[in-house]
Parts: sequence; structure tokens; C-alpha cells
Amino acid sequence: MIAWLLDDSPTSRLQATLGRSYRVFTALMRNPLAVVGAVIILVLIAMAVFAPWIAPYSPVGQDLANRLMPPSADHLMGTDELGRDIFSRVVYGARITLLIVTMVAVIAAPIGLIVGAVSGYFGGWTDRILMGLTDIFLSMPKLILALAFVAALGPGIENAIIAIAITAWPVYARIARAETITFRDAEFIAAVRLQGASPARVILRHVLPLCASSTIVRVTLDMAGIILTAAGLGFLGLGAQPPLPEWGAMISRGRTFILDQWWVATMPGFAIILVSLGFCFLGDGLRDVLDPKQGDKS
Amino acid sequence: MSFEPVESAAEARGDQLADRVLGSMAALFRFALVTTGTFLGLLAITFFIGRVVPIDPVLAVVGDRASNEVYEAARQAMGLDRPLIVQFFTYVGDVFTGNLGMSISTGRPVVEDLARFFPATLEMATIGILIGVLLGVPMGVLAATRQGTWTDQLIRVLGLLGYSVPAFWLGLVGLAVFYAGLGWVAGPGRIDIFYDGILDPVTGLYLIDSVIAGEWDIFWNALDHLLLPASILGFFSLAYIARMTRSFMLDQLGHEYVTTARVKGVPERRVIWRHAFYPIRIQLITVIGLSYAALLEGSVMIETVFSWPGIGNYLTNALLTADMNAVLGATLVIGAVFILINKISDVLYRILDPRARR
Repeated sequence: MIAWLLDDSPTSRLQATLGRSYRVFTALMRNPLAVVGAVIILVLIAMAVFAPWIAPYSPVGQDLANRLMPPSADHLMGTDELGRDIFSRVVYGARITLLIVTMVAVIAAPIGLIVGAVSGYFGGWTDRILMGLTDIFLSMPKLILALAFVAALGPGIENAIIAIAITAWPVYARIARAETITFRDAEFIAAVRLQGASPARVILRHVLPLCASSTIVRVTLDMAGIILTAAGLGFLGLGAQPPLPEWGAMISRGRTFILDQWWVATMPGFAIILVSLGFCFLGDGLRDVLDPKQGDKS
Repeated sequence: MSFEPVESAAEARGDQLADRVLGSMAALFRFALVTTGTFLGLLAITFFIGRVVPIDPVLAVVGDRASNEVYEAARQAMGLDRPLIVQFFTYVGDVFTGNLGMSISTGRPVVEDLARFFPATLEMATIGILIGVLLGVPMGVLAATRQGTWTDQLIRVLGLLGYSVPAFWLGLVGLAVFYAGLGWVAGPGRIDIFYDGILDPVTGLYLIDSVIAGEWDIFWNALDHLLLPASILGFFSLAYIARMTRSFMLDQLGHEYVTTARVKGVPERRVIWRHAFYPIRIQLITVIGLSYAALLEGSVMIETVFSWPGIGNYLTNALLTADMNAVLGATLVIGAVFILINKISDVLYRILDPRARR
């Protein structure tokens, strides 16, 4: 099986793809921090998928008799001001965090990639206009821009996702443009073009797949920032609305009790830190494996 | 004959100088062009957010019970019946004449509010960046010279924490530990309540104003209040600055001339600070500029947690009361300062670094 995966002359596209994935995987496994990161993210995904089985209580079930209980065997992370079990809320919160980061990546990355690839492929005025636009968005303060967009769109989880995606796409446009320019004049692209492929086909089928590895690295590294921005919006009451167990919003609820019942605000914070660190570790590891030339610049 | 080479060398030096001046001027011109373009972009975005994104800006003003006549009158008064491009240029004109509209929550012109709140943000961000630079640069150098040791690992983890810890959470925990728990610092706010309104606002920076007035009590009190939020802000720039310093230093220490210096017997201190650190100072200026700009942004969250009367706090209060003029005004000011610092550090880099000049 492993010999088949590592075969130097794969006989099918599937074998080549699997072989490459396997090599990346083994290289990642040699980096201890990347393994830690991957485990944290797997745990996050497992928490999101199996939340009803992991959480001992309902995330919204109130129990006013047990308000603001400190962490104990019954309530691992204590209870909040409505007697809800904080551990259960943190577990369900994984779903919201995962939803936000996935949606932002799914919206922002393709937009950025297409803008960048079109810009790099056509060059000239197309390039100047699109890159001018990208640079303008790149030089804006992201959090402030997201705040202003949410203010106009209205609070809520969907609008928070849109606002963060609007601030996240330019990085991918830059990556796609840089990669496209290096491939634009390559012979395999000329060959496809001579066969009569339209620019759309060349970009979608032949240029964009080559941007995949650097985009994956960048998306993973950006995840921490996206999580922090989403939590910040939640903290200000502009993201996910109560009673949704969003981590940032939970910290905001615990703000009033920070001096006496510290666990209400601190526990969701630990979840945010752990998950962000996980993405940072995995992203660093992935970069070393997939994109060594990028180095330590970020 | 024998003087000729000397003359041509002097000439060559003159040419070089002329090239440098021309190069700097070209860089400055490009800077002005790009910065103006970016500012127009920022204005376009705030205009878009203010006029296009809301479902109906007129309804937001008159309310949904207004009669048709009132609605039409308000629409015309707001200039919304004119083409979008005309509206945009009216907006740009308004911004340049300092008219950002009235804030519905404070009842004052937004420009006045921003001018009053800006010094508080500036004071906190400046102390923050000082902490970040004074600690971050030596930490980065230390990590690079001890690559692979536990010191290095510790500094790297600290750097990664800077990317993963929510600023507002760290602020809350800091308040709980250092203010409520240990009592080392003063609590939220800029100054104790009984000192409020004593100072004449000369610069608006309490640390400077109190020295001017000779009120040392106020100086120490303001510093007491400033210390915790500024340190937390400083932590984030420290993380970034240390990380970048480390990677620049590692790059330099790998060069052969550093090995040569060591082989020649140059003391290690001198190798590190004179041979390796000296060349990276220009790159560091850019990094420091970027993190200063990022601090102005990061202060939004910290100010909210510490009830710090700065622009960030003003912005979040405006967000919660849906005070769009104030939101857009604050966005514009923070965005403009952010862009300006970014572009200035970029152009400084171009002018100072001989490699980037070419």
C-alpha cells in the first residue's frame, strides 16, 4: 500500500494525487508543533460534529438554582448567570466558530483567487485596476472595516461572515496574481491556449489549481485572525446573537462578573486561544512542507 | 593627467548624489500618488457603507411612520435624489471641509468629538509601541542568538500567542488579576474621578498636560491608569516585533561576513549589535511602523474593555446606538491614520535602504 503510494511513476492521476498527499502528511507528522495543531483542529471538528453527545447539558437550558457556580465535577467550567453549563456552551460554540471560519474561507478565497488570477493573466490595465482595488483593501484596517460593514448591515452571524470575508479576500488575490505571473508564459499554458482553450478555461482549469498549495497555507494561517475578528464582533454584540453560545459573546456576558466569578469570561477565552494556536501551528507546519520559499514572512 | 581619476571620482559621486535625490523625489511622488489613491478608496468605502449598504438611509432618519411628503423632503434634503457619483463628490467635499455630520448620541459635530477623543487613543498607542519596541527588539535578538534553546522556544511561543489571544479577553483577565486581585494598577478609565476636569487640555495627552501644569499627582495617577492597557497593547506589538526581529537577525547571522568577523576575533557583543543588527534597522522601521498602525486598530477592543475615552470606545458606543455618522467618521479617521503610517514607513524604507532604491 505504502509502496503504491510512494511509487515514483504513478500510473493514474489518483495515485499521483494520493501519493503527494501522503508525502505531505508524513512530512507534517515529523513536525511536533504541526501535529499538536492538527490534533487541536481535529478535536474542534469532533466537538462540533458530536456536540450533543459530548456536552453533558443543553447549551441553552437554564437552571436558575445553580447560577454562577464555580468549576466542579458536575460543571467542568462552572455555570453562567442563567445557570447554563459553560462547558456545554463551549462545546456547542465550536459549531459556530467552525461555521464562521469555513464560510469566510469559502467566500473570500475563491473571490480573491479569481481577481488575482484574472489580474495576473491579462496584465495591463486590467491588472492595474484590479490590483489598485486590492491594494486599497489591503491597506485598510481590517477590524475597523468589518465593524463598519456590520454596523451598516446590522448585527448577526451571517452579516459578520460577510463583513469578515470582505476584509479577507485581498491577500488571496495577491497570492494568485504572483503565482499566475510565474506560470503565465510557461509552455504548458501556451500549449493549452494553442489548443483553443478560452481564457476562462485556462484560468480555472490550469492556473488556479497551481495556486492551491500556497492558498491552503495562507488560509490556515489566516484562520487565527478570522477567529479573533469573529470573537471581537461577538464581544461587541455585533456577531452571533444570544442565546447562541458564541465564544466572544460569552466573554462579553462574563464581563460583568469578571472580578468575582472569573470563570464565566475566562473559559471561552481559553477555547479561542487554543483553537487559534492550533491553526497557527498547523499553518506554520504546512508552510514549511508546501511552500518553503515563503519563509518566516507574514 | 594624474588628477583625472580624482576628478571623475568626484564627478561620479556628484552623479550618484543627483541620482539619490531624484530617486527620493520619485519615491515621494509615487508615495503622494498612491496615498491619495488609497485615501479616495477609503472615502469610497465609507461612502458605500453609509449610502448604499443600508436598505434605506432615509427611513433610518425619518422612521417608517413618516408620510410620503416628509419622506420625499428628507430624501431631497439628504441629496439622495441625485446620481450616486454626484453624491460621492459632495461627500468627498464635505469630508475635506471637515464636515462629518452630527452625532445623534452626543449631539455634537462628529469632527469635534473625534478631535476630543483622539489624544487618549494616541497616548495609549504610543506608550504601547514604546513597550513593544523596548522589549520586543532585544527579545528578538536574544532568540536569534540562542536559536533552538528554550529561551528561543519561549519567545517563539510568546510571539504565536500574540496572534491567538483575543485582546479584549487579555484586557479583562488583566483587570481581574492586576487591578482586582493584586491591586498593582488603577482600574478602568483614564484618571481618577476627583482629578477629572482639573487639567487644561493643551495637548490632550494627560502625561504631557500634567507635566506642563506641574501637577505631579495627576501625572502619576494618569500613568497608573495607563500602565495596564498600554502594556496589553504593547504585548501584541512585542509579539510581532520580536518575531520579525528574530527572523531578520537569523538571516543576517547566517551571512559569511558575520563568520568572518567572528573568525577575526571581534567580540560577540559587537558581532551581534554592530555587524548583524546594524543592517536590519531599516527593515525594523517598517515593522515598527506597521505595528504602530495595528496598535491604533487594536486599541478599539482594549478601549472598550477599559472604558478608555478614546476613538475606539467612541466607535463601539456609536455602533451600539447605530449612530452611523459617528461610526463612519471614526472609521475614516482610524483608517486614514492607519494608511498614512503604513505608507510613510513604506516610503522611509525605500529612501533609506539602498537595495530598495534601485
